Amino acid sequence: MSLLDYFRSKKTNTASTAKERLQIIVAHERKRRSGPDYLPQLERDILEVIRKYVDIPADQIAVSLEQRSDELSVLELNVTFPDEKR
Amino acid sequence: MAKIIVVTSGKGGVGKTTSSAAIGTGLALAGHKTVIVDFDIGLRNLDLIMGCERRVVYDFVNVINGEANLKQTLIKDKRVDNLFILPASQTRDKDALTKDGVERVLTELAKEFDFILCDSPAGIESGAMMALYFADEAVVVTNPEVSSVRDSDRILGMLSSKSRRAEQGLDGIKEHLLLTRYNPERVQKGEMLSVEDVKEILAIELIGVIPESQAVLNASNSGQPVIMDKDSDAGQAYLDTVQRLLGETVPFRFLTVEKKGFIKRIFGG
Repeated sequence: MSLLDYFRSKKTNTASTAKERLQIIVAHERKRRSGPDYLPQLERDILEVIRKYVDIPADQIAVSLEQRSDELSVLELNVTFPDEKR
Repeated sequence: MAKIIVVTSGKGGVGKTTSSAAIGTGLALAGHKTVIVDFDIGLRNLDLIMGCERRVVYDFVNVINGEANLKQTLIKDKRVDNLFILPASQTRDKDALTKDGVERVLTELAKEFDFILCDSPAGIESGAMMALYFADEAVVVTNPEVSSVRDSDRILGMLSSKSRRAEQGLDGIKEHLLLTRYNPERVQKGEMLSVEDVKEILAIELIGVIPESQAVLNASNSGQPVIMDKDSDAGQAYLDTVQRLLGETVPFRFLTVEKKGFIKRIFGG
């Protein structure tokens, strides 16, 4: 990278935005593809249950199923609760 | 043994048919007996790009239904020896292609040809699935643009799970990335995803980069595969692509902005 590039990159670089967005969505979709078919529905159901008690947006929950070995699969549930003070 | 190569993308309008026509013609020019099969049932277009639209008598679905045989249906290219086209049907019946029917036709073609190039329709419906199901190799046509890259990744997922090779537990389909409509100037300005970016996201081997070129529209206007325009950048880039497909190592061209000035040489860019 030259000196010139350093100054040039101050401008909004839409290609790098595109790359970041793609990396996130592609990783997300690959994970979903590799999981079982019921995973998206499971995710929605869990979200609904939690929403009965706490109001959280849909993107604050992540469900993943990981095959650790032949006999062990781990269902991981990650819920980010909103800030209580607000 | 014939090699079956699917040209696919998920997204429409990225250059599947242009690429199928160019690569098929290139393979034939290199001396390999090649047939390009149009899988875009209902929206036949390969015939126009190949300039043989007025010579279509029978089509793919006619052959599947036993209404015509392959000999009657295949259109022999008038410019290039060893090159044939199997046109798509214009029927609106989406289920006209059956797995059994397609397999029968491909098996028969495999006896005659070195390469069978399947020009896939856009989307992930049955036509696209049929085009990739029997493939040994896949050319995934991608534009350096977010929706095209995402759809290509989706298709890569299909190639590894929904193909015959996947179902029968054979070695997977060999996947190649063909980046089309590439504009080095915009990449340099940070306005377009670079070859490296797309390679990194899709993580498959690069088979070719076709620059955005006037020659492509000129070629389709006149029904001449762009690879025959040997003086054009796109034509040369397709020639390189075909050589790589045949296993040769060819350096990539047209990746950077041409005619670098003195100042740019010093400051990079």
